[in-house]
Amino acid sequence: MKEWKYFFAQHRGALAAALLFFVMFTIYAVNHPAGLTPNVVQTAANKGVLLALVAIGQTFVVLTAGIDLSVGMVFVLCNCVASYVVAGSPTMVAFGIAAVLATGLFCGAANGAIVIFGRLQPIVATIASGAVYFGLALWLRRSPGASPKFSSDLADVMTGKVLGIVPSSGIFLAAIVLCVWIPFRRSPLGRAVYATGSSESAAYMSGVPVKRAKFAAYMFSGFFSALGGLFLTFFTYSGEASSANGSTYTLYSIAAVVLGGVSLFGGRGSAIGAVFGALAFRAIGDLLFVFDVDPLWQPLFQGTVLLLAVSVGSARLLGVRNKLELFS
Amino acid sequence: MPPVSSAATPRNRRAMNPNDLPIIIAFCCILALLLVGSLYSRNFLSPEYLLQQLKVGAFLGVIATGMTFVILLGQIDLSVPWSVTAGAMLGCAASAYGPIGEAFAIPFGVLCGVVIGTVNGFSVAYLRIPSMIITLAVNAVVQGLMVAYTGGFAPQDSATSSMRLLGAESTFWFVPNAVLVWAIVGAAAAFVLGRTTFGRAVYAIGNRESVAYLSGIKTQRIVVLTFILSGSLAAFGGVLLAGYAGKAAQSMGDAYLLPSIAAVVLGGTSILGGRGRYIGTVAGVILITLLQSILSVVQIQEFGRQIVYGVVIILMLLAYGREPETR
Repeated sequence: MKEWKYFFAQHRGALAAALLFFVMFTIYAVNHPAGLTPNVVQTAANKGVLLALVAIGQTFVVLTAGIDLSVGMVFVLCNCVASYVVAGSPTMVAFGIAAVLATGLFCGAANGAIVIFGRLQPIVATIASGAVYFGLALWLRRSPGASPKFSSDLADVMTGKVLGIVPSSGIFLAAIVLCVWIPFRRSPLGRAVYATGSSESAAYMSGVPVKRAKFAAYMFSGFFSALGGLFLTFFTYSGEASSANGSTYTLYSIAAVVLGGVSLFGGRGSAIGAVFGALAFRAIGDLLFVFDVDPLWQPLFQGTVLLLAVSVGSARLLGVRNKLELFS
Repeated sequence: MPPVSSAATPRNRRAMNPNDLPIIIAFCCILALLLVGSLYSRNFLSPEYLLQQLKVGAFLGVIATGMTFVILLGQIDLSVPWSVTAGAMLGCAASAYGPIGEAFAIPFGVLCGVVIGTVNGFSVAYLRIPSMIITLAVNAVVQGLMVAYTGGFAPQDSATSSMRLLGAESTFWFVPNAVLVWAIVGAAAAFVLGRTTFGRAVYAIGNRESVAYLSGIKTQRIVVLTFILSGSLAAFGGVLLAGYAGKAAQSMGDAYLLPSIAAVVLGGTSILGGRGRYIGTVAGVILITLLQSILSVVQIQEFGRQIVYGVVIILMLLAYGREPETR
């Protein structure tokens, strides 16, 4: 009983996000003209996975009490890279995917180096590095397009359905969480990330490798943004250096992370919460379509839901007895 | 009474203030940029060109003024893009309502910024929501409102004559009115920050809010006021911009978020709050405007401009914007 309580307290944010997602998705599926068919789930999963991957990347950095405002631009850059290199024979495709992921890792490493060794504030540093990554994306793709030998077979597999029911992008997302996030969370490095985010000076005093943890967080952020970019290429069959896309995904990744119960002050939350946050955010956005509302109202609706969701956290103020507690 | 030590006299203390070093370096960078530009073209040092740059920079200057206050507080205002756009669009829309609307177009535009700032400030000060996320959400809501508003019917979107007068024209000889407006706003901001209790309170809260509260400052009220200031200045910048461009457009504010933060930080203000001066923001605004201008004159393609812009900002920050080693 006690342990169950602790578990609940620790994962409150993630559980709330999961609940929100299931409620929203149920409303969505019930009211969808086609009903809850595999195709509806597939479309929803494909849209949700893009944001979920970027949000996982953002989670790593936010856990260290930093922020990565270049995730959207890395996402766009990797989309452009992938539209060139994920092509040709299976071997070449494999090397191409490795190249895309390496691009993301490199961007993450550059961010990490600037923030940790350059000692710049992550907000400003990643805004500036994001401009550089977007410039590179523009250089690669001045107009949207793809390599003529683009591997659409692989793309179809990754965005299709397994056994005709389960969306493969959803399976991929679950596999990533199981194979990367959970081992990471239990590793010394994962603990170092949480410790750094909780209190950097205390972590340093306890001999936690603070710099290594932060650097790893930025690398992971780049890596997952690259995965997102790769998936975007699978969905669209093309690469596009779209600045609007980049900034949208940066902002939505923060929204997803917050909805998923990850604290912007660091040290609290999990990637699983962020995944559900992302899926819930997408489900909310899609909700208006099934109710046949004028799409003009969609941004307002999404914004209002976001506003309400972030205001929920201030319910803790009801328990504040001493006004000084407000400022801590 | 004679001074205890020479270092304690105000004059000497000001001369040695290490916080002013970034501002001096920023102004040196401006000179260096002008030098680089003048190597490319003689026109770079002509008064016409420099005044034109100041005019273009004035809009960023007004918007960055509000951002300076918020950043000094230790917060950030990410609702700038749509505050700018809302100010511009609703200011223009007011002119559709006859001569009264025409007369109140500018105040009405600014009022929209006041409303946005009030929501931001209230949420940050009283609901204790991190400014980074609440201003983002408010930005999304304002965007939604504007999209819904312009989508249903086509509102009046051309600027009024008073907006044009402030944004585009020159009344006194050759000095653009926008530059004068920025000078007035800037002088007022410098005065408020340096010489009033409100300014002191902003610095105090930026350093540590709980201590400011215990010293008797009504911190929550100050935070709300600061966000109102930021929102209204962003909207006012939008009004000026609409006057300059002749009309309001949906995405006109997007180009001002990152430069306004970068300008404040390049001017030596700590993004953690509590440290910095308004003159630094002036330097940062001029720096960014010159950099953008040089990049567009030197006719490299858009991608090169983005890369150079990002790299130069990082390099400048590495040169003088580094946080001290904490241990």
